[in-house]
Amino acid sequence: MMQINEEMIREIVTQVLQGVDLPQQAKPAVVGGRSMTLVEKGEAKPGTQADEVVIAVTPAFGKFQHKTIVNIPLSDVLRELIAGIEEQGLRARIVRILRTSDVAFAAHDATRLSGSGIAIGILSRGTTVIHQKDLPPLSNLELFSQSPLIDLPTFRAIGSNAARYAKGESPTPVPTRNDQMARPKYQAKAAVLHIKETEHVVPGAKPIELEVQFQ
Amino acid sequence: MKRSKRFEVLEARPVNQDGFVEEWPEVGLIAMGSPNDPVPSIKIENGKVIEMDGVSRAKFDFIEQFIADYAIDIKAAEKAMAMSDLDIAKMLVDVNVAREEVTKVALGLTPAKIVAVLNTMNVVEMMMALQKMRARKTPSNQCHVTNVADNPVLIAADAAEAALRGFDEMETTVAVVRYAPFNAVSLLVGGQTGRGGILIQCSLEEATELQLGMRGITAYAETISVYGTENVFVDGDDTPWSKSFLASAYASRGLKMRFTSGTGSEVQMGYAEGKSMLYLEVRCVMIARGAGVQGLQNGSVSCIGVPAAVPSGIRAVLAENLCTSMLDLEVASSNDQTFTHSDIRRTARTLMEMLPGTDFITSGYSASPNYDNMFAGSNWDVEDYDDWNIIQRDLMVDGGLRPVAEEEVTAIRNKAGRALQAVFKELGFPAITDAEVEAATYAHGSKDMPTRNVVEDLKAAQEMMKRGITGLDIVKALANTGFDDLASHVLNLLKQRISGDYLHTSAILDKDFNVISAVNNRNDYRGPGTGYRISPERWNEIKNISQAIKPSDFDE
Repeated sequence: MMQINEEMIREIVTQVLQGVDLPQQAKPAVVGGRSMTLVEKGEAKPGTQADEVVIAVTPAFGKFQHKTIVNIPLSDVLRELIAGIEEQGLRARIVRILRTSDVAFAAHDATRLSGSGIAIGILSRGTTVIHQKDLPPLSNLELFSQSPLIDLPTFRAIGSNAARYAKGESPTPVPTRNDQMARPKYQAKAAVLHIKETEHVVPGAKPIELEVQFQ
Repeated sequence: MKRSKRFEVLEARPVNQDGFVEEWPEVGLIAMGSPNDPVPSIKIENGKVIEMDGVSRAKFDFIEQFIADYAIDIKAAEKAMAMSDLDIAKMLVDVNVAREEVTKVALGLTPAKIVAVLNTMNVVEMMMALQKMRARKTPSNQCHVTNVADNPVLIAADAAEAALRGFDEMETTVAVVRYAPFNAVSLLVGGQTGRGGILIQCSLEEATELQLGMRGITAYAETISVYGTENVFVDGDDTPWSKSFLASAYASRGLKMRFTSGTGSEVQMGYAEGKSMLYLEVRCVMIARGAGVQGLQNGSVSCIGVPAAVPSGIRAVLAENLCTSMLDLEVASSNDQTFTHSDIRRTARTLMEMLPGTDFITSGYSASPNYDNMFAGSNWDVEDYDDWNIIQRDLMVDGGLRPVAEEEVTAIRNKAGRALQAVFKELGFPAITDAEVEAATYAHGSKDMPTRNVVEDLKAAQEMMKRGITGLDIVKALANTGFDDLASHVLNLLKQRISGDYLHTSAILDKDFNVISAVNNRNDYRGPGTGYRISPERWNEIKNISQAIKPSDFDE
């Protein structure tokens, strides 16, 4: 059950409105698959800023795997998620979850690190979820389970919606896409990609704070 | 290279859009017979299994411990394990050996031994065995009712039509999780409009799924997943014991439930330990048996793209259904999710279960067009209704469906829409307009529906849970608005929890709410002339398709 405490919402809204340079409009994302560097900054700690949305990436993301199942560069994916969050006036924080390659649990771990309680989880192959603290791990606010169908505008919309949940709004969910032929075409490939991602899981490892530098 | 025109034509065929991969046994990307599958063995001391399939008790993982302690019949084990793989396989196929004799042996086998037996069988032998081993004599069918917009009126209308067409069980799920309570209510009202006694479920995260069941909005549950390796279980924060606990939570409220598992899930989640998909799935079937649940949905289910991509994968899927029946469990044999672009391949895959018959041949058939199927597409959808009916007629086989007339369908869809409209109004949910009911009456899918205010619906759906609305509130709402017949159907469905008869293996309800299960409708197949035979009434229903020309249609 989603339960948003009303006081919490007010607090978030106030904090957001106090945000220093509020009118900053997100820069239009440049698409082109430019590379990025993910700098590891040690163990990720719980955030205190209610105006942050945490993006949790899984063990191989941007390190061993660099594009989604349909070959969208992960640098573009991350850029769009961040742009979506920033266009709502909030900040994105990136962490890498190492203990699991299950997107629901990775995102759920990240909700506990997120000052707003909202996190986005994303697998290297592109499967994405918007999660909220206090929901059961396998529940979610919005789930995008068919990774071959997620394009860059959708990633941006996901970032934007996550930020709106963080502000206490009830956005219209990003329209779900469905293609019954995604499984026949991609499931075996997804299995191979997931095996390769899971090889990098470190049981019990703490989440790592990441700083992203786009080149 | 100069291209061959024939190869160009072949390349463009639907089957060549499917994904195929070579076997990769080291990570478990192999359907049957991995070199890493264990060799069968058992040692029993003082009534306890101390070694199973080459692993000593001290080295058991939690799945092996659970299977050794709860799934294997110790009294039958030594004798059964001493039989040769071929002798057990022959018992399965032999029409002169009764089902009960086979289950007695099967319950004494270890996972590796069951796999060794299945490895000796070809698909025709497995189909022969499945015909005999299915628990309920009368085969049946389950459907999915979903749409990409989570439109409640459309769910109700599709459910009513599906009931009319012959499905006994129905399953919905969501595009957006927070819509779940509305989807469940819509399916309940729509299903009971189509015919009384339809069992319905809403596939969700487990806590919410249980809550909807306890509230009496749903009548059974199926999405309680179990896995064949410890790591996959742990990844989901679960163990065989926690799943058993969840199963008993359903039982304590008199709710029917089954587990779900399937080949390919472990390798899909990256933790197959180099074992074959079938070996890991047999462990799942035995977990279901050990937990004491009455049934299992398997047949790869949502992971079907994985076994289907490797050699002998579809044979493995049939083998896992057979294993479920061998262990005396209800089998909902999947045939649900899309795995191929090829109509030929998808039909071949389904004949494996449709011809012998299972407790639920598909679980489920998409009662919405596939673009609206929120289980990511089914192997069969509404556009295949006539194909399914005509295959039944061609082969004189009961696939659970029947031909229907267009005017019957639009009438029942309209009634379901109006009933849901009344329930929504009575309970103070966002209004369903007459235009929506009209659209749902004649719609094919969500593209034909006006859009609803999603944010308002989601808010009201959460409110519904907060207000503590139960199945009884739905009964009252229907009764207060003149839908007395539907009110009595929903009430009768709730009454099942008190008698508990539908907790028996393979239970479904007929239109008068009589339970039909493996207890009072036991499969007694013993070769030609025995077991389930299509009755003259049922045959009339199957063979009378409106497409057939009658002699009276011709001029003299």
